[in-house]
Amino acid sequence: MASTRTQARREPYRGVVVGAPVTIPYRRYSTNTAHWWVGRAVREVIQRTGLRSADIDGLSLSSFTVGPDTAIGLTQHLGLSPRWLDHVPLGGASGVVALRRAARAVQCGDAEFVLCVAGDTNQVDSFRRMLSTFSRFAQDAVYPYGSGGPNASFALITRNYMRHYGATREDFGKICVAQRANALRFPHALMKKPLTLDEYLSARAISDPIHLFDCVMPCAGAEAFLVCREDAARSLRLPVARLLATVERHNAFPEDPIQYRGGWAMDVSELYAMAGVTAEDVDFVETYDDYPVICMMQIEDLGFCAKGESPEFIRSHSLTVDGSFPHNTSGGQLSVGQAGAAGGFLGLVEALRQLTGNVLGAEVPDAKVGLVSGFGMVTYDRGLASGAALLSGGRA
Amino acid sequence: MTEPLSRPKRKNPLKKTPVPLLPQGTRSRTALGLTAAAAEGRFQLQVCVDCVMVVYPPRDACPRCLSPRLPYRDVANGGTLLAETTIRISTDVYFRERMPWRIGTVALDVGPSIVAHLHGDLREGERTRLQLKLDKSGQAIVMALPAADTPNMADDPQWRELTCDPKYRRVLITDGRTAVAQALAGALSEAGASAIFVGVADPWKPFPGEEKLRRIERVEIVPLDLTDTTSVNECAGEFAARVDILINTAEHVRTGGIIDRKGLTIAREELEIRYFGLTRLAQAFGPVLRGRGADGVNSAAAFVNLLSVYALANWPAYGAFSATEAACLSASLSLRAELRQGGVKVLNVFFGPLETEWYQAVQPPKVAPASLAREVVRALQQGLEDLFVGDIAEDIRARLAVNPKALERELGS
Repeated sequence: MASTRTQARREPYRGVVVGAPVTIPYRRYSTNTAHWWVGRAVREVIQRTGLRSADIDGLSLSSFTVGPDTAIGLTQHLGLSPRWLDHVPLGGASGVVALRRAARAVQCGDAEFVLCVAGDTNQVDSFRRMLSTFSRFAQDAVYPYGSGGPNASFALITRNYMRHYGATREDFGKICVAQRANALRFPHALMKKPLTLDEYLSARAISDPIHLFDCVMPCAGAEAFLVCREDAARSLRLPVARLLATVERHNAFPEDPIQYRGGWAMDVSELYAMAGVTAEDVDFVETYDDYPVICMMQIEDLGFCAKGESPEFIRSHSLTVDGSFPHNTSGGQLSVGQAGAAGGFLGLVEALRQLTGNVLGAEVPDAKVGLVSGFGMVTYDRGLASGAALLSGGRA
Repeated sequence: MTEPLSRPKRKNPLKKTPVPLLPQGTRSRTALGLTAAAAEGRFQLQVCVDCVMVVYPPRDACPRCLSPRLPYRDVANGGTLLAETTIRISTDVYFRERMPWRIGTVALDVGPSIVAHLHGDLREGERTRLQLKLDKSGQAIVMALPAADTPNMADDPQWRELTCDPKYRRVLITDGRTAVAQALAGALSEAGASAIFVGVADPWKPFPGEEKLRRIERVEIVPLDLTDTTSVNECAGEFAARVDILINTAEHVRTGGIIDRKGLTIAREELEIRYFGLTRLAQAFGPVLRGRGADGVNSAAAFVNLLSVYALANWPAYGAFSATEAACLSASLSLRAELRQGGVKVLNVFFGPLETEWYQAVQPPKVAPASLAREVVRALQQGLEDLFVGDIAEDIRARLAVNPKALERELGS
């Protein structure tokens, strides 16, 4: 059993840095393809860094709508000749997973510059079509049950969490309202109007207890970043963040009858031990916010409070950029939009901006350490993939 | 508590009949094991042969021991409803026009968590029993019911979507001269059918049981000769738009195999009544049934075939008869696929020799017409697709599953 075996000590990500955070402004619907969005993000990274296409010797792609292509098709499409290639079809966990794989490739010399990119298009009917064919379990055991999509699946998880831990709609609302406040200062956010708690509470029900402002808006967009060695970044004069630690886990706690925790709970002590920091040292947190209940689970499972105490934690903190617990500083997917797999990059790219002094919106004052968390892939009744990364500012 | 259905008003002929829409019916091959169980009203899930884990959703490897041996087995259907949601926005047109729709997560006592449709009388935190049902697409879904029956529970809209309940529906019984047909008329009347049209060829000719039949509430004798295409078409012209459940009770039971019969007269008559009769009914009534699958409380719901169980395995003592029944069975499977596009079920009822004059010399056990009728009504109320009535039918089916060749020899000896 893995749990009883002595774990080998993990090698730190010595000399590995991350930079060139790129967001291609989202659009609600797009007539362009995923390839177009991915191409724009790749071009932006290359222009930003002063590299040439030929210098990009590693490519990692995440996309739901790039089919029938995968990463390999994109090499020819974009005119890249990488010697290291990865396709990470892990939705909301894509960013963290792409980062940790790329970091090892760079550290071991398998590639010098790994460009990680996530992009998706959103056509009028593409979301519905994706839902019915998302996974075999979804096709056999979820979609025929009202076809409510992730709203219905997360409604069940949310309902159970509320019943067990006393979370209220006001608690979820506080998360959403704070993120909207952050988003109003972030130019690329699709949501431009302020949101009050009253508006949140009186919004129409989608799948009880999920209401309109608990849901992300599917859209088109792309996000990207570059992973390389510190010396290479220095010669490019690229502002970068250092990678302190990462964890990844899939299908954690399969015996839980309904999801109330994620894989982070299995790996959180390793995350902080590897980084040599504690939860108190973290200056801001980018959780994966497909629904606010998942933010609460991450706050617990990543060690900011005990299981079941997130509602109280939320009540006793302010969650805006300038608050006591800066959270989803660009507004998160709830206010910026969910551009498919790029939603799994959003928090990571925003964290890189915060840590490299490159912010587009509001800046977390004096941010040195950021925590980014990913979550995704509800193939049946729960999110299977989880991951997290701790990063520190290059200026630290 | 379930609001009892009220009797549907007369249809406004100027109103558009809604096109029958279906929920998504695509399933993995492994998941079709659930459909097989649902068709007969059993609650079966995959059970690992090697570690006895109960597995859901359907898989091809056991998540505990990786065994590939995961047959479907009857399992206990009790559980607890952990969480529920009322879906108000759906991406699917079928559900969109049926919003709001409740689903929930049920922790089954035997292990897995199951996302299920919820009966209106079931609440979060309560005990529940699960049933496998066929939805309008013809594929299996799981429905969670209250632990104990509640008043009017069959009238719950999410439940009625899965059943072919005769309550407030109009039924056509195609041949009223048989004992089974007369028993069915009574059982359907008791089950709340709002009209029971009973077809009789040459109604001016009296027949045994006629008086009793006419006295049953809401029964109307209508002229219908299944051997006459014109008669069937005329009957459909007058009644098809008002028939929600069609039950073909035509029978023609004669002894003898293939060699012993002289000439084709009896064989032709058999086919005329049974196979061509079924074909005429399907052609005359099928299109209207298929178009009315979503027509409100009294939407078209079912086409019922009464079949000898010897349709499945020839009994040479009734060899030619068995062959005709097999032809009807085969046709019914085509009919099932054709009517499914309208969300209308084909219920095939298999039974052994009946307690009637045509099986006079056959040893018991035999099926009493009244119990056959009762079982048919129950199957409609449950929304089943395959029903085996009586010990002989169950026995033939079990032996067929174990060793078809052995059964062939045994029936022929």
